[in-house]
Amino acid sequence: MDFSWMAWTLPTALFFIAIFAMLIGMGVWEYYSPGGSPRVGILRIETTRGDRLFISLLGAAYIHIAWLGLTELSLWWALALSIVYAIGVFKFV
Amino acid sequence: MNKTWNNKAWFMILPAMLMVMISAVIPLMTVVNYSVQDTFGNNEFFWNGTEWFREVLESDRFWGALVRNFAFSFTILLIEIPLGVFIALHMPRKGIGVSFCLVLMALPLLIPWNVVGTIFQLLCRTDIGLVGYAIASLGIPYSYAADPKDAWITVVVMDVWHWSSLVVLLAYAGLVSIPDAYYQAARIDGASRWSVFRYIQLPKMKRVLIIAFLLRFMDSFMIYTEPFVVTGGGPGTSTTFLSIDLVKRAIGQFDLGPAAAMSIIYFLIILLVSWVFYTVMTSNDETA
Repeated sequence: MDFSWMAWTLPTALFFIAIFAMLIGMGVWEYYSPGGSPRVGILRIETTRGDRLFISLLGAAYIHIAWLGLTELSLWWALALSIVYAIGVFKFV
Repeated sequence: MNKTWNNKAWFMILPAMLMVMISAVIPLMTVVNYSVQDTFGNNEFFWNGTEWFREVLESDRFWGALVRNFAFSFTILLIEIPLGVFIALHMPRKGIGVSFCLVLMALPLLIPWNVVGTIFQLLCRTDIGLVGYAIASLGIPYSYAADPKDAWITVVVMDVWHWSSLVVLLAYAGLVSIPDAYYQAARIDGASRWSVFRYIQLPKMKRVLIIAFLLRFMDSFMIYTEPFVVTGGGPGTSTTFLSIDLVKRAIGQFDLGPAAAMSIIYFLIILLVSWVFYTVMTSNDETA
């Protein structure tokens, strides 16, 4: 099957592999620990670990967009900030 | 309450996931690929990094379309949700009138977007259109093609006409699902009409109204065909919403890279706003 029309590049392929790996990882986690460990964190809303991943990924996207719009610095800093943000979300949200 | 968790049930959603994969995820991945490259046709692409994102974020054209889009969505939500609830409350619950009202309400939803646009384009023309001619006859200056205010009113009225029915049908579905016992209890307590609405009907309609709210927000935020047919995004850029601007960039100018970057930002905005709406509107249920 020819997927050249999708105009793949190595960075975008790695990006999607990372996203799919995360989803598979969450699936495996859910299999061994079902229920999603719901809890109410600092946002005062009940979140499962799937919700926390969603909030982390959405927040990371916004951090990268804001970084691009506001600074000229390397995007690796935005990635580092996103990882810190995701850890915070999984710990406190 | 203890629940029985059966992970095998997740396999049941595999066919649906496959469909979403084909119809949404693969196109989205393609858009992401386009957003970091440049092309001059012939399926040849050149790496451009994040430059298209910077270009879009720095363009007044994008921010203008975004503000107009939010203004449009909030305007129609402010009109359609209360209007839909109001009409649903006054629809009959029994007898032949039910079928008649339901069919009447469903009719606008059956008309394709471009046809609705064409109807309003003709209807609002001051030379041959019934509405446009009537307004002009009253001595009110009206031209959706020349005056931004008139163009906005026309587009908003068109959307309200086309989509309020959806809110009506959803609200009506919520209302008919309320058991009579609630109304009997309210009558015994001597509750006023307002109290019945505030403490029985509105809470019971909450879930369907959340769906109506989200559907109308997402749909209005993606609106393209109707304003494009009526105003073409004008006069000037006064009714150029994000999707119209996007199509102009992608197809009119063949700027696939910036259009793809804009699509991703657009997608993220819809995702965030929908998630915030949904979370806020359902948070009371979870904490109750």
